[in-house]
Amino acid sequence: MTADTTTPTRIAVAAKLQGRRVGWGESAFQLATLIGLLLSLGVLVALLADIVAGAWSVVTTRGADFVSTPISLSADTAGVLNGIIGSVLLTIVVAVVAIPLGIAAAVYLEEYAADTRPTRFIQTNVRNLAGVPSIVYGLLGLGVIVRLVTALGAGGSANGRNIIAGGLTLAVLVLPIVVITTSEALRAVPAGIREAAYGVGATQWEVTRHQVLPAALPAILTGTVLTLARAFGETAPLLLVGAATGFFATGGQGLMEQLSGTYTALPVVVYSWSRQPDGAFRDELAPAAILVLLVLLLAANAAAIIIRNRSERKW
Amino acid sequence: MTAAETRPDPESVGAAATPQRQGREEVVFHLDGLSVHYGEFPAVKGVGLDVRRNEITALIGPSGCGKSTVLRSLNRMNDLIEIAKVSGLVEYHGVDLYGPAVDPVEVRRQIGMVFQKPNPFPKSIYDNVAFGPRIAKTDDDLDGLVEQSLRRAVLWDEVRDKLDQSAYALSGGQQQRLCIARAIATSPDVLLMDEPCSALDPIATLRIEELMVELKSDYSIVIVTHNMQQAARVSDRTAFFTVDESVTGHRTGILVEFDQTGKIFTNPSNPKTEDYITGRFG
Ligand SMILES: Nc1ncnc2c1ncn2[C@@H]1O[C@H](COP(=O)(O)OP(=O)(O)O)[C@@H](O)[C@H]1O
Ligand SMILES: [Mg+2]
Repeated sequence: MTADTTTPTRIAVAAKLQGRRVGWGESAFQLATLIGLLLSLGVLVALLADIVAGAWSVVTTRGADFVSTPISLSADTAGVLNGIIGSVLLTIVVAVVAIPLGIAAAVYLEEYAADTRPTRFIQTNVRNLAGVPSIVYGLLGLGVIVRLVTALGAGGSANGRNIIAGGLTLAVLVLPIVVITTSEALRAVPAGIREAAYGVGATQWEVTRHQVLPAALPAILTGTVLTLARAFGETAPLLLVGAATGFFATGGQGLMEQLSGTYTALPVVVYSWSRQPDGAFRDELAPAAILVLLVLLLAANAAAIIIRNRSERKW
Repeated sequence: MTAAETRPDPESVGAAATPQRQGREEVVFHLDGLSVHYGEFPAVKGVGLDVRRNEITALIGPSGCGKSTVLRSLNRMNDLIEIAKVSGLVEYHGVDLYGPAVDPVEVRRQIGMVFQKPNPFPKSIYDNVAFGPRIAKTDDDLDGLVEQSLRRAVLWDEVRDKLDQSAYALSGGQQQRLCIARAIATSPDVLLMDEPCSALDPIATLRIEELMVELKSDYSIVIVTHNMQQAARVSDRTAFFTVDESVTGHRTGILVEFDQTGKIFTNPSNPKTEDYITGRFG
């Protein structure tokens, strides 16, 4: 059987292999998707350009001074130091409370709980909780957490509307997200790893502790950093639990006073400045504060990416 | 089934179960009327066979006939599947493997398992082998144990210089031998292998087959395979399963014939077996 290379066959094959012309509908669809992309990018670029343009004079004239001086009523000297300190402390409270609780809850749901109706009900509703608007958590914070913190004697000079209450409120807000990301990370661990570990006589605890959790850790860490970034940028609930109370506080307090006293947070500073009648606050300082916030959030995202790549490269 | 006559009297073995020395005829597993249900449906039912010490027992049959299910009931891996229910008798050296006093974790330490897809832990080669001994806290000489296990699995020479490297850097065949080393590091008595070569190329397959034949002087091996030549090459006894379709259309695995491998492949007593091994079926 030699290959049939006679001309008629070749012509027929060549005709079959010829590409079809791209139809009108397909081109239109491509164009529509491109326009979608350009519009979204355009809006983003315009926003960024507006922010940078507003912030420019502050960045050039004040520089590092802007992030290292406290809030003040005078536009020439006002900085975002209290906001940064407040946000960092809030995020630490969130990390300390929400991460261990969320991971524990997810491990229980995924590894220990039997796959029953109540379990599935809880899983579904954890997802629903993640979709609740943040202002609702603010009301919960004001109604329950502030009172609880006061009742426990940690109310301090802010009558309970302090970083502890704010951090706990944000912790409750991000808890469902921590549970969901951890659950997904655990579910992504190949079944073969679990089977292999059971196969050499590991108990469920040993399988979870020595194989499943380490295998899921990169994904858990990545998700957790992004969750903390979300908490870092959250504004609405903090307005309800007192984040505007710290505008006149200066630095130099002890940690406990910082945690229980009046405070503010970076996004709340932005919010407050952008509502000032003074044009310098509204048009220059607020964009500069936004820029600081964006840089910090970008750093958090970069950290998440680095963590993920590191752990991927290793194995 | 010729198995029944030679199995030790349950009375003489009893629950105390000091492993009995009866030469090559000693029965490691005695199965009688074993059925496994997933939910309401029986995946396999009425299985009776004996696995003997220092032999390779092969489970063959078309896919879905319950070979893996039977294998996994021998080290209680089925316990991990919530809907799986095992009934009937599975005796291990005369002890009811599903008796109330039996701890499945201890069972899996005695009865090691190698899976279809090589599944090393995402850790170093060393840590893969050391995991079992570490959790069993038998770490008298971990380095020695790791080396010995890797030597037994004929992998030592290939990995001795990179024990701290990721197990994922190994080839598929090497990974599977690593999984065998990991399984024998806990000094089990039995090795269960579920299609251990199905993801491997012919050369790697041959190495694993040679390894199995070598390991049987120390272990009793039960292997599931869909490769009949493999069963014929390595095993001493062969169990042939097939699928029985009920009137409701539900498919249940049954054991058709269990005998010496030579007999199964040259002179099977059941025509279904003959059809299968001559390729007229499945
Ligand atoms: N985890 C499980 N849940 C439900 N059904 C299962 C499960 N594992 C296997 N089965 C069913 O049991 C039957 C036998 O499966 P299996 O033992 O894997 O067969 P084999 O290994 O011979 O191909 C199949 O019909 C399969 O669908
Ligand atoms: Mg199978």
